Amino acid sequence: MRDQRLWTWHLLAGLVILVFLGLHMAIMHLDALLGLFNPAGGHPVAWDNVVARAKHGFFTVSYIVLLGAALFHGLYGLRNILFELGPGPGLKKGLNALLTVGGLVTFVYGAWAAWAATALARTL
Amino acid sequence: MLDTRGRPNRLGVWGWLGGGRWGPERYLYTLHRVTGLGLLIYFLLHVVVTSSRARGMAAWEAAMGRVTGPLFTLGEFLVFAAFAYHAVNGVRLVLIELGFAIGKPIEPVYPYRTSVHEQRPLAIGVMLLAGLLVLAGGLDFFVLP
Repeated sequence: MRDQRLWTWHLLAGLVILVFLGLHMAIMHLDALLGLFNPAGGHPVAWDNVVARAKHGFFTVSYIVLLGAALFHGLYGLRNILFELGPGPGLKKGLNALLTVGGLVTFVYGAWAAWAATALARTL
Repeated sequence: MLDTRGRPNRLGVWGWLGGGRWGPERYLYTLHRVTGLGLLIYFLLHVVVTSSRARGMAAWEAAMGRVTGPLFTLGEFLVFAAFAYHAVNGVRLVLIELGFAIGKPIEPVYPYRTSVHEQRPLAIGVMLLAGLLVLAGGLDFFVLP
């Protein structure tokens, strides 16, 4: 039952990633074709463009949602792959703990960076 | 029938590589795993590198300076291609999981047709879409200014 619930979340996280990572990829890597959300012109990673996007609450929220969805989707996918290799119960427990703690630490760090970048951009 | 000797995955990692009687869809599965693992590794590094924007322009430009050059451009393009494939193939997998595009149950009359045959047009369609996205990415990365 628990695994069914986690699998459903895995699929839903995939759909969230499809929307937000799709938008991120379009902004960052289809810039010459589409030119989305790069108000300063030039390369999407130019500091002025980074600041302009960071000022928008939409991007801050979308980065944090994407971070959470991608970490869950990716680490749960990795867990499934590792579990298929037939680890014993003790190793399964250890992997669960490692992936959960690793995911939470990365989420807190990434969310702080998104929030701090917005706070900094609004002072500029 | 595969003798698993009490273990669900006797072939281990090598079992990913063989398509067997499953045909092309099995290789799409292998590629889905490989791209997924690649994207996860890239994503974790990406979180660390891009967090430098929280420390100001100098830190950001120093971080970006460390990840520029033709090798990184090629690497980023491969990440884009992996994303395009993983995303559209993921949509195909969700559709199949929800029971779309798998055909209706039929009498098992020779010559047999399986659900895989019903799914194949969707597989071909999403691969074409992935190819188009990769092509657009290639244009943006390597051709357009």
